[in-house]
Amino acid sequence: MTTLNVEALEAGYGSRTILTDLDLAVPSGAITAIVGANACGKSTLLRCLARLLRPTAGQVVLDGRSVRHIPTRDLARRLGLLPQSPIAPDGMTVADLVSYGRHPHQGMLSRWTQHDDRAVAAALEATRTADIADREVDQLSGGQRQRVWIAMALAQETDILLLDEPTTFLDIAHQVEILDLLVDLNQSRGTTIVMVLHDLNLAARYADHLVAIRCGRLHTAGSPESVLTERTVKEVFGVSCRVIPDPTSGKPMMLPLGRHRAGAGLSTEDTTS
Amino acid sequence: MTAVSSTGSTLGALQRSRRSHLAWLSVVLSVLACACLLSVSLGTRDVGWADIFAGVTGSTETIAQAVVVVRVPRTVLAVLAGAALGLAGAVMQGVTRNPLADPGILGVNAGAAMAVVIGIAWFGMETLDAFLWTAILGAGLAACFVYAIGSLGRGGATPLKLALAGAATAIASSSFTIAIILPRNDIAGGVRSWQIGGIGGASFDAILPCLPFLVAGLILCLLSARGLNLLALGDDAAAGLGAHVAWARGGAALGAVLLCGATTAICGPIGFVGLVVPHVCRLLVGADHRWLLPFSALTGAILLIGADVIGRIIARPSEMDVGIVTAFIGAPVFIWIVRKRRVRDL
Ligand SMILES: Nc1ncnc2c1ncn2[C@@H]1O[C@H](COP(=O)(O)OP(=O)(O)OP(=O)(O)O)[C@@H](O)[C@H]1O
Ligand SMILES: [Mg+2]
Repeated sequence: MTTLNVEALEAGYGSRTILTDLDLAVPSGAITAIVGANACGKSTLLRCLARLLRPTAGQVVLDGRSVRHIPTRDLARRLGLLPQSPIAPDGMTVADLVSYGRHPHQGMLSRWTQHDDRAVAAALEATRTADIADREVDQLSGGQRQRVWIAMALAQETDILLLDEPTTFLDIAHQVEILDLLVDLNQSRGTTIVMVLHDLNLAARYADHLVAIRCGRLHTAGSPESVLTERTVKEVFGVSCRVIPDPTSGKPMMLPLGRHRAGAGLSTEDTTS
Repeated sequence: MTAVSSTGSTLGALQRSRRSHLAWLSVVLSVLACACLLSVSLGTRDVGWADIFAGVTGSTETIAQAVVVVRVPRTVLAVLAGAALGLAGAVMQGVTRNPLADPGILGVNAGAAMAVVIGIAWFGMETLDAFLWTAILGAGLAACFVYAIGSLGRGGATPLKLALAGAATAIASSSFTIAIILPRNDIAGGVRSWQIGGIGGASFDAILPCLPFLVAGLILCLLSARGLNLLALGDDAAAGLGAHVAWARGGAALGAVLLCGATTAICGPIGFVGLVVPHVCRLLVGADHRWLLPFSALTGAILLIGADVIGRIIARPSEMDVGIVTAFIGAPVFIWIVRKRRVRDL
């Protein structure tokens, strides 16, 4: 089992510190969801985990070894990343893009193997993108494109998969489909999944472990029941809410209370006309 | 069994595209061969096949054969320079992730030419070796300068900022080049070719010293093909797939600078080949640099030979410099690219 830990992490851009004193143990073989307000540092944390950003203090430890000392290609065989807004160049086909996921498994001189073929095909199957394999990526819908990117990450066959907002721009059906796909992957291959999600209710339902970040610091981490509480939501997002058990899964479910339309009768707009 | 059948169809799709690439490769190679023959036979004086054979084997008995002997190095230079510029353009577009990148537009060729002119005017430089090193130095400095200026401010080196910084640098360098040449009657004739690129005075003696640089640049560029494929996905995704982003980008850029510098040292600044060619090749073989780079080299050679032949024919009995012809071909393509991509994407 691979283990991924964050120890006293401090990171930022230039002289600006974004993350401070952050400790985190990512449970292996489980699904972790990172939640927090915009610009609180979720993507920054993911970039540190994937070693795209060098911490100014502290370290990220993969299997007992600081990621800083792991060779790039080696790291890419164990840890895959789907960035927040990936770009596909003009004219690149789905099959091409997904096959790039095999890059870390290929040496300078080694040839493309049958195993590479199988991994690409399996990734296309799992994401149901095989039938669009020879279409061009930039001509797909947002949901199709997202699935293609996930297929690329699957073809990488890593033990750990980091996903930055894999469900943004997707309708509810595709959001659920992507999350179900990640659960399948987690259950069939034991892949450790860490993802940033904005929908707290989907996060609570699909993740085994929730991590709430507030202003670059770890606020709470633990089971969905212990993290998704009225108090945490108030402190992390500054939003009052009610938390009730989801009638089907029993997981906590959050209902935000805005300043308007929060109940106690109808608002004026509804009564006029 | 659905998994197996659709796996089969996926792999089938990959094989189909590989076959079509190979078909295009043979088309491009045949066109290149025809272009070379035309280049040797057409011009102020058209030459027949018999004389071409005799001339190529070294005979200079008739005027026609002597003409062939002159046109052969010219054709060789067109192939080398065109291939170098086409390849450099494809690499620059990959490195900067910029559809408008080109050795001319990014100011690299103009920088190389300016460096050579400074060397001639101020330091009395005369040897071809000195031209070569100075041109490569100038190309490298221009590339670094443009990249540094283009990365200033928010968002890093966006395509639009790079193109603007490059265009400004190109104009500034060529104006400076003119300013150096104008008061110097003693060198004005000799340095005219540093303002507009041409391949007219080619000789094997001039081509040979460039070869090591061209070969080194070629190898660096071709080796960077896989890295460029990953860089196209964005720096984060590329690093996540195990690419050394800085090394991949630096190695490829160095290769392109070697190619541009060496080419400019013999031909002067020739623009637009590196812009047009990769776009045409992308239509033929897609975005995979392992195919795109070799195709860009071959197609660049075809384009430059074609431009040279056209320049000889339309201005008979004189000749038009190849740099002017490529600009005529390239400018409309430039506009087409800008129009095709919404400015928002740039
Ligand atoms: N490349 C960068 N250079 C400088 N500052 C950056 C960079 N990327 C992010 N930041 C800043 O770091 C802070 C945290 O950004 P980050 O992307 O980690 O937020 P986030 O939690 O992922 O937000 P969102 O939910 O909007 O994606 C922000 O203030 C942002 O402006
Ligand atoms: Mg983010």
